[in-house]
Amino acid sequence: MSAATVAPRLHGIRQRRLTVLSALLGALAVAVVLSVTIGSKSVPLADAWHALTSPTGTENDIVIRSLRVPRTVLGVLSGVALGVAGALMQGHTRNPLADPGLLGVTQGAAFAMVSSIILLGVDSLLAYIWFGLAGALVASVAVFALGMVGGRGGPTPVTLALAGTAVSALLAALTSAVVLLDEQAMDVFRFWQAGSISGRSADVVWQVLPFILVGLVLAMINAPGLNALSLGEDVARGLGQNIPMTRTVGVAAVTLLSGAAVAACGSLAFVGLIVPHLVRPLSGTDHRWLLPYSGLVGAALLLFADVIGRVVAPPGELEVGVVLALIGAPFFVALVRRRKPVRL
Amino acid sequence: MRLQAAGVKLGYGDRLIVDGLDLGVETGTVTTIIGPNGCGKSTLLRALGRLLKPRGGEVLLDGKRIDKIPTREVAKVLGMLPQAPTAPEGLTVADLVARGRHPHQTWYRQWSSDDEGAVAAALDMTGLSDLAERPLDELSGGQRQRAWISMALAQGTDLLLLDEPTTFLDLAHQVEVLELVRHLHQEGGRTVVMVLHDLNLAARYADRLVAMRGGKVIASGTPHEVLTEDLLREVFELDAKVIADPVAGTPLVVPIGPLTARP
Repeated sequence: MSAATVAPRLHGIRQRRLTVLSALLGALAVAVVLSVTIGSKSVPLADAWHALTSPTGTENDIVIRSLRVPRTVLGVLSGVALGVAGALMQGHTRNPLADPGLLGVTQGAAFAMVSSIILLGVDSLLAYIWFGLAGALVASVAVFALGMVGGRGGPTPVTLALAGTAVSALLAALTSAVVLLDEQAMDVFRFWQAGSISGRSADVVWQVLPFILVGLVLAMINAPGLNALSLGEDVARGLGQNIPMTRTVGVAAVTLLSGAAVAACGSLAFVGLIVPHLVRPLSGTDHRWLLPYSGLVGAALLLFADVIGRVVAPPGELEVGVVLALIGAPFFVALVRRRKPVRL
Repeated sequence: MRLQAAGVKLGYGDRLIVDGLDLGVETGTVTTIIGPNGCGKSTLLRALGRLLKPRGGEVLLDGKRIDKIPTREVAKVLGMLPQAPTAPEGLTVADLVARGRHPHQTWYRQWSSDDEGAVAAALDMTGLSDLAERPLDELSGGQRQRAWISMALAQGTDLLLLDEPTTFLDLAHQVEVLELVRHLHQEGGRTVVMVLHDLNLAARYADRLVAMRGGKVIASGTPHEVLTEDLLREVFELDAKVIADPVAGTPLVVPIGPLTARP
């Protein structure tokens, strides 16, 4: 085959990727519709449309506008954030079992939240979330700094993983100590730890939105560099990539994305771990496609899990974090058993 | 001379491997660095490709210190393939080769018709067009190495540094890869510097040989000038006969045995 006939074929690969992208957008749209209409009170699609376009204060209007929409939007944002953060994390560490929690964000957020309750008497969800966000950021900066000390010329995947494990273990121990001292902190911690997107007002959405948007921009800027890095550091440098800069941008993106999601929704562990594995067969190894696909699949998965949680145990609800773990764990075991974990 | 090392001192950690070495790469030639294990040949190549910063002395690219040129600008004129590179599983040949376009892309302009043309041409030149959509891990060792070289070609550089491009390949695949290198040099006028272990293949496919030992250049010149029985004794501690290669006429090393019997 000559050069002239390869070009259209390369073009065809791009076309296929765009098709998959629209299919994933479609799946997310379905998830959004289900999430808005299904729940302890089911709302017909027409009523939901009515509530969104011309609300007149009916009961359904109130349910949709004050409960379902914020919940759905938060689910989409967190799902996107966790999916993208997971893909970034696995890419940077070249470890298929890495998840965003590796940077200590989850434990950092938990510790800051419970501390704020017993030390400062904080008692509103909005305020917890600020502390959770701050805790997540501080913990991952600490992990990054420790990882830097170990590696020459910037942190390496290994030093990051070691530092993250150490910092997480320390913070988890401190969190346990704090919640044992204070019953209110214990309650908040229990619900936060289960992971949920219900009961959050639109304020919470606005609170985390800027962090997630900045995180997504950094993630997309990071994608080409991550592609180069996935060929090994020497090849990446040969291709003119500045490696410490690439790592720093990547870690900043993961921190913002997963920190915001975790602070708002608690630990939704499986999303960041599983989603990139679901997506790779569709996207291949190109992070410019892997990251957006992971965001869409993360959001759709989170919403589907949330909807399932609303209907499996009437009249109550199962927290989305629990549903994700229940679906995710066996699924992940099957994935690992069927195909050996992908080498990155 | 576009690429040269002047008095470079190179090492890792506390260990100094190369202490004050001068080397000029003649433009438009295939230069092959040979020498025993641990003589510093890969270290030197890494320094020429700015993957290793010299402790002293300097590496010059087009007369400028290579570490003072933005790394992305270097990547537009100098391609470097490290020893035994690894790719993520499932990466297709086309995707790998496309990544060679990295230095020419910015985050807002990811793909152009230049890129597409360069990738198609690189695939064609390495004879991989038909395998473009195959995952790298399904290819033979020789095809895989050709795919990596194809990536370096898509980078569109006149200078190519290859660190042991034939490692882990059987003889037929070694020849396949080296024929490709020769083709690139003859058709494209590229300057190639590579590290090779096989002396006979080095002699056949190089215009110039550089023989190193203990971090120093012991001899450099044409294969006929460098590959002598005396040099093999000095550099490799090898007792050998050098005869004319019956196929190419280049020096052919026939080992007799090590100079000093090793335990």
